[in-house]
Amino acid sequence: MNSNKPTAYNNRLGLKGWVYAGRYTFERYLYLGHRLSGMGLIAYMVLHIIETANRMRGVEAWQGLMALFASWPFKIIEYLLFAAAVFHAMNGVRLLLTELGFFLGKPKEPVYPYSSSVMRHRPLTFVIMGLAALIIILGGSSLFFP
Amino acid sequence: MSDKTTTPREITFRLRRFNPETDSVPHWDSYALNVPDGMTVLEALHQLKAEQEPTLAWRSSCRMGVCGSCGMFINDLPMLACQTQVLHLGTDVVSVAPLPNYENVKDLVPNLEPLIEKHAAIKPFIIHTNSKEIDEPTGEFLQTAEERESISQFTHCIKCGLCLAACPTVATDPLFLGPQALAQAYRYTADNRDCGLHDRLEAIDIFHGPYQCHLAGACSQACPKGVDPAFAIQLLKRTLVLDSIGFGKKKSSLAKVMPLADVVKAIEEFAPPKRTV
Repeated sequence: MNSNKPTAYNNRLGLKGWVYAGRYTFERYLYLGHRLSGMGLIAYMVLHIIETANRMRGVEAWQGLMALFASWPFKIIEYLLFAAAVFHAMNGVRLLLTELGFFLGKPKEPVYPYSSSVMRHRPLTFVIMGLAALIIILGGSSLFFP
Repeated sequence: MSDKTTTPREITFRLRRFNPETDSVPHWDSYALNVPDGMTVLEALHQLKAEQEPTLAWRSSCRMGVCGSCGMFINDLPMLACQTQVLHLGTDVVSVAPLPNYENVKDLVPNLEPLIEKHAAIKPFIIHTNSKEIDEPTGEFLQTAEERESISQFTHCIKCGLCLAACPTVATDPLFLGPQALAQAYRYTADNRDCGLHDRLEAIDIFHGPYQCHLAGACSQACPKGVDPAFAIQLLKRTLVLDSIGFGKKKSSLAKVMPLADVVKAIEEFAPPKRTV
């Protein structure tokens, strides 16, 4: 007999379970998008403070930095940032409405095949995501083709 | 995806194996089995154990989706093995692993202890301020059909733990109370006979509480009983918000006690007429 005490295997999915949405529903992908865009916006806030601090290094340093930001790669990054902000805000509106109990329906006796609140508020999800897509497209045309 | 075939089809089962006495990490073994129409994953496991792999371990009991023991990760989704028909999965290879986000005790057996601990932490019972009535009951607490309907869905939880296996927040935050406990917190808080919200606040109104849920909906997709934990969590958030701004459930609206004599009278009113012949 093995003298070592048998130990259970840690089966927590960790980051993989957070990132991999697999065969779950559309809302599971929105969850991922919401968290990733949120992290992106936080990272931008930090970078933005560092960037504006460059003004302290003088006018030339500042203008050099502004010229760099006017280049195409930075325009694309700026657009991705804009898209993340729009998605995060619009999905946030959806979450705010559902957290206050709107668009979810009423609790009722579950009868197979079950319907879930996730499916009941899906029309709201599609409308909000449609609006987000529209804003992102309009923002892109404004940014790249002023 | 329904498969209409009636002849047995050979299915390869990829089973995740782990023996804590000999293994440090799990590994996958494959077994072939002729699967007839209607055979569940649980029945397939029984047949594999009887014919091919006698050391295979899993947990199951009722075989009819009531006890919640046989939760497994089947083709990358948490399901009850007894309610999942193999041919309905629509794949020639079926992978079966223990539920994720729990410790793996052996083969397909998860340790559901955290689920039970979190469930117990939210005080899953009716808390009433009328302790005299609780100790020396004079009647019954009234509950209308509508009041019952408002919580009925959430009382169907069988504590199978599939929702915690599906939840992406549980995957990274072991302290998150999870869909099961939070849904049950709402089930009791919303009960018109209960006035225990403030007794539960210490357990639920925390950093690892309902606000960590961002409505991925995976728990509701996984729930085999239609409990819809994601719904209950959103309603719990609303309850907490309303309570924090002073619009919570008023004690005056809590269940009134119906005297026992009236209970008997009410039952008699609905009782079938006495037989005369």
